[in-house]
Amino acid sequence: MNEEIIIAGFGGQGVLSMGQILCYSGVMQDKEVSWMPSYGPEMRGGTANCTAIISDEPISSPVLNAFDTAIVLNQPSMDKFEDAVKPGGLLIYEENGMTRKPRRTDINICSIAAYDESVKMKNTKVFNMIVIGGFLKVKPILDLENVIKGLKKVLPDRYHHLIPLNEEAIKKGMDLIKEENKLN
Amino acid sequence: MKGNEALAEAAIRAGADAYFGYPITPQSEIIEYLMAENPEELTGMVVLQAESEVAAINMVYGAAGCGKRAMTSSSSPGISLKQEGLSYIAGAELPCVLVNVVRAGPGLGTIQPSQSDYFQAVKGGGHGDYKLIVLAPATVQESVDYVKLAFDLAFKYRNPVMILSDGIIGQMMEKVELFEQQPRLTEEFEWATVGKKPNKDSVIVTSLQLQSEEQEKVNLRLQAKYREVEKNEVRYETHNCEDAEYLFTAFGSCARITRKAMEMAREKGIKVGLLRPQTLYPFPVDAFHQLAGQLKGILTVEMNAGQMVEDVKLAVNGQTKVEHFGRFGGMIPSPEEILNAMEQKIIGG
Amino acid sequence: MSENLITPENLVYKKTKSMTDRILHYCPGCGHGTAHRMLAEAIDELGIQGETVGVAPVGCSVLAYYYFDVDMQEAAHGRAPAVATGIKRVFPEKYVFTYQGDGDLAAIGTAETIHACNRGENILVVFINNGIYGMTGGQMAPTTLEGMKSSTSPRGRDVKSMGSPLKITELIAQLPGTYFVTRQSVHTPANVRKTKRALKKALEYQKLNKGTCFVEIVSNCPSGWKMTPVQSNKWMEENMFPFYPLGDIKVPEK
Ligand SMILES: Cc1ncc(C[n+]2csc(CCOP(=O)(O)OP(=O)(O)O)c2C)c(N)n1
Ligand code: SF4
Ligand SMILES: [Mg+2]
Repeated sequence: MNEEIIIAGFGGQGVLSMGQILCYSGVMQDKEVSWMPSYGPEMRGGTANCTAIISDEPISSPVLNAFDTAIVLNQPSMDKFEDAVKPGGLLIYEENGMTRKPRRTDINICSIAAYDESVKMKNTKVFNMIVIGGFLKVKPILDLENVIKGLKKVLPDRYHHLIPLNEEAIKKGMDLIKEENKLN
Repeated sequence: MKGNEALAEAAIRAGADAYFGYPITPQSEIIEYLMAENPEELTGMVVLQAESEVAAINMVYGAAGCGKRAMTSSSSPGISLKQEGLSYIAGAELPCVLVNVVRAGPGLGTIQPSQSDYFQAVKGGGHGDYKLIVLAPATVQESVDYVKLAFDLAFKYRNPVMILSDGIIGQMMEKVELFEQQPRLTEEFEWATVGKKPNKDSVIVTSLQLQSEEQEKVNLRLQAKYREVEKNEVRYETHNCEDAEYLFTAFGSCARITRKAMEMAREKGIKVGLLRPQTLYPFPVDAFHQLAGQLKGILTVEMNAGQMVEDVKLAVNGQTKVEHFGRFGGMIPSPEEILNAMEQKIIGG
Repeated sequence: MSENLITPENLVYKKTKSMTDRILHYCPGCGHGTAHRMLAEAIDELGIQGETVGVAPVGCSVLAYYYFDVDMQEAAHGRAPAVATGIKRVFPEKYVFTYQGDGDLAAIGTAETIHACNRGENILVVFINNGIYGMTGGQMAPTTLEGMKSSTSPRGRDVKSMGSPLKITELIAQLPGTYFVTRQSVHTPANVRKTKRALKKALEYQKLNKGTCFVEIVSNCPSGWKMTPVQSNKWMEENMFPFYPLGDIKVPEK
């Protein structure tokens, strides 16, 4: 298994921590991992992204141009990374922030209405966990129990009481994710 | 752990006595981590924010002159400011560790990753005939391990050691295994200013010689030391070199991207290997020299306009073709581009 | 209907000439933008846009040269007073200013600042004191208050090991080379007006060749202080002003 993921969106959407949670969860499942953020002033209010790689083998390049999965949470990110999905790969997009549908036909495409769901759950901070849940439904590369362990690593102690809510969010995401284009 | 933070933790664990620094992106996490960890309480290690890089390197000079494990870190513009102090440290033969998390230049440049300080690092950097020992980590793990190695080498040779990292390795997160906490130094070195001993000459830490004859002796001593370093301390890694007809070479983060290109080439049936220098000074001259005979060509991949390629050419000494491929200004080459360059410049060319 | 409203009589706000049309990159509520504007207005009111050369620092205002529509040079971190010295010495007739943050002016550039002022270079130094390194993400500055938290003083500034906040402006005022030294702010309309007056006066004095004019503007950094703009202004009034009191520190003798 070697899963190369790009996650991109606005600064405040928890993009960087999604990558971190996936990577820490990978460590809990004895995988090799690598996490590389975009950094610097371009992050102030602008778009942020990170590359997360989870693999059975030692990881060579931590920076990539083509990905197995792209998770895009706003339109500029879809514009930037839709073409970076490998043929046959996976694109997951959040419905809320988009003004157009993806164009590619040679990849698997899923959508998720995570923002709306997080509002229903009365905590928009779990938005990114809903997306992670959706991703793990389509690509079950990590066990839920390890994701919870990874989450504990990333969340500061004072937020640990929110872990059950996050777990619920992951499960919600698994139910919510919709296939838009499926290759055989 | 994040590369910069892991490196800072390694400094504490290596038993460093002092860190002096000035904030600059993309390495401010080092001083921020140290300030948050407060090692003064754990190990007695001093952490101080200086008013500039010029001040920071001179603080290092002072602490190193006392025989302490002193360290500083910065990124390219700040490293340029430290060159004067480094030259004095090299001249006074003091041990210290310095980290350069390189960003793209010249000038203020961009804060994005780069390898454009290679020349500055391996050729000395400041004025006078001197060398830094230069270690180039390619993983967060190596960033950690090289801190300890750097202190060991610095004291073994009484010479400044630079860890040449870049924005990728500094900012990325990977699994690391941290070594055990090392004790701080208790040894009193006879070259260090620890207070004059009765019946002994006072210790003077200096790089000044008034007589040319004396200065030449110092230079000869330094050169003899560098030859020792060249003999003992070369470190490099090879992959798939046994049957290689072509060779990639790259250091630091760029070597990892290049490794991906090598794997892609192997899948296509191209017999290509990778040589990754881990020490940039001393440079693995013999390794290149020996491999060159079996090779049809070497592609040096760097995030600069062609710097290490000069050392590769010197090492190969005309035995085979050597070309450079680089992206710079903070741009990162992709594995596809690298493979393409190998096919165009070396195999096809 | 809206078109009829856009007439010269109805004009209540106009961009000043010495600022360009570029969108400022500063965080919402940051004092840098207002400070820029006041300096630009002072330049315009004196009609010296074409005779002014500015020097930008390294700090959040590193791109000041995009916003001021005057000739400008970008200095290395802390070296703006030295660069300005070079400019003024070859162009004694021009109006020369530096625009610097506290890290730039009072840490890495202390030597350049003190010596330019001590030589009495006929330049205007505009000093934005926000008590923090805004640009690099909120590290401790020389002017950070005692006990104030930053990313490199996570338990608050401990004056025993990190030194006390540096009142560089008072220090500068001691130097015979300085002619006019004042401390202002830009957080209320009244203070904004006072700041503009001070900047204008300082530029006028430059004509007299009497020495360095130094205008400190105590400012906020909502991002670095991790506050909303409103909170940050309140915090500034309650904490910064008692330590950095506003007002003239050295005024020309009549
Ligand atoms: C030689 C050098 N060292 C460090 C830096 C990194 N750096 C850029 S701006 C800055 C501090 C800026 O703080 P300040 O002058 O207070 O300006 P502010 O951003 O708060 O307006 C630092 C340390 C640099 N660019 N060059
Ligand atoms: S970081 Fe602070 S000083 Fe810089 S633009 Fe933002 S608020 Fe202003
Ligand atoms: Mg500041």
